[in-house]
Amino acid sequence: MLTVYAARERLRRREVSAVELTRAFLERIHALNPRLNAYLTVADEAALAMAHEADARIARGDDTPLLGVPIAIKDVLSTRDMRTTAGSKILADYVPSWDATVIARLRAMGAVFLGKLNCDEFAMGSSTENSAFGPTRNPWDETRVPGGSSGGSAAAVAADLCCAALGTDTGGSIRQPAALCGVTGLKNSYGRVSRYGLIAFASSLDTVGALTKDARDAAIMLRAMEGRDPCDSTSVEVAPIDVAALERGLDALRGLRIGVPAEYFTDGMQPDVEQRVREAITHLGGLGAEVREIRLPRTPLGLPVYYIIAPAEASANLARFDGVKYGLRVPGSDLIETYMRTRGAGFGAEVKRRIMLGTYALSAGYYDAYYIRAQKVRTLIKRDFEQAFTQVDVIAAPVSPTTAFPLGAKTDDPIQMYLADVFTLPVSLAGICGISIPCGFDRDGLPVGLQLIGPAFGEQRVLEVAHAFQQTTDFHLAKPKLNHEPGIA
Amino acid sequence: MLTVAEVERIAQLARLALSEEEKARYARQLSAILDYAAQLAELDVEGIPPTATVLAVHSVMREGDDVVAGLPRTDALRNAPDTDGVSFIVQATFDDED
Repeated sequence: MLTVYAARERLRRREVSAVELTRAFLERIHALNPRLNAYLTVADEAALAMAHEADARIARGDDTPLLGVPIAIKDVLSTRDMRTTAGSKILADYVPSWDATVIARLRAMGAVFLGKLNCDEFAMGSSTENSAFGPTRNPWDETRVPGGSSGGSAAAVAADLCCAALGTDTGGSIRQPAALCGVTGLKNSYGRVSRYGLIAFASSLDTVGALTKDARDAAIMLRAMEGRDPCDSTSVEVAPIDVAALERGLDALRGLRIGVPAEYFTDGMQPDVEQRVREAITHLGGLGAEVREIRLPRTPLGLPVYYIIAPAEASANLARFDGVKYGLRVPGSDLIETYMRTRGAGFGAEVKRRIMLGTYALSAGYYDAYYIRAQKVRTLIKRDFEQAFTQVDVIAAPVSPTTAFPLGAKTDDPIQMYLADVFTLPVSLAGICGISIPCGFDRDGLPVGLQLIGPAFGEQRVLEVAHAFQQTTDFHLAKPKLNHEPGIA
Repeated sequence: MLTVAEVERIAQLARLALSEEEKARYARQLSAILDYAAQLAELDVEGIPPTATVLAVHSVMREGDDVVAGLPRTDALRNAPDTDGVSFIVQATFDDED
């Protein structure tokens, strides 16, 4: 298991070159990806070119935080000259002419891009089964889903097919797959990281972040990506992450108040998920934190609010896919029919379902009853958290009510699939931050995630607590058995 | 329960060509989701302001444009479904008589 931090140390000490590291990852990807389908595009040539350039910079004495480190990118982020599909047939051959801001920043820091990672189409889903290019398989059990929508990112990190992966989280799409694949995934506060160049799903909820092998890497990745971007008017400048401060270690927990919301432990949840999460909270208490019960009474409303607001925003954002300037075109007898055929053929079932739902919620006669009302309840959900954070510093909860479920188990029942995100949606609606970290395994050996939630722009503390947990546990070091061991030391 | 006719109306608004099978399926599935969302109607939200964005942002005047190079034509056209190398080729929006 090679972290970003360890890779950088080895590169700095010249124990390994960026080209050697990149070749080793590419070899492992080509061996394992036919089974896992984590990568949609493996960018062998581009990655090696970037690695050569990184080695040249290292030889000149350059020392930026990601120089020569091989990472991979969820396929909803625009990458210059590298195919970007959003997991959709409608963009199957789309090659962007520019980089997303986060991609440009990582490129400037000398990161090596191994390729683009599978996801649910337009990031809509909780299992990666909505990808037009087939599902990704969970490295811990290849008959199960990796979660979603950043399922390719989670699987690639879990299977050591990159040092770290970029993902996006609109309602849980970083945290839930991180939990189901046993990796670390930080959903940043809305506005902390630029969305420019992200193919938009729900613009008031979309966030960009990383899935990593530990909390320190999560801090390194956030530090590399965060900050105001003139191209995204909703991006904000806040005090940057202090990666070195994570080494305060257990001091972070002394006197820390951790809230445990009763509403996040529901009857329907898998018993060993509840057990592992409660054990993790007890562990944090043992390290010096003060654990107390809190209430977040509007938690169950997150799901209905989200499934009005997100589809409404999506129906507007996806209007741009019309077969005129880019993407698939299926000609009809006139322009309207061309639009309808293009979109009917180009979008998959879940995307069409959400466009329909959003169009309905925004249509005359329903706008107030659904959309405005959902926005008002969103205010109540946000207030729940604001109230809670007057009493506690961090909230600890499960990420998902279950561990990874079998492929196909929920594809016929949208509401069952949506319920997989019931514990991640409220954080997204409130625009605050949350991290998923591994906290043990169920009886079948599948990973369980612990969610640590902080207030808006509270990533520093959340990362410090996550790091302290990982300094005193080894769940994040466990690896799936893939019966394939070449390459990455 | 949404009718197939209502589904057709929404699909027309959303510019989505749907098969008969899809129309029937979406009538059923969208109804189930809207039933689930009906619990929002039971809440008292009197006096609660809607949240459109979580950020405390407000509109400001732009400081002035920086002149930067635009996207070169070849880059803008590289993903075009149909192009003559200069323009996007699309169907006419209006008839000649209009």
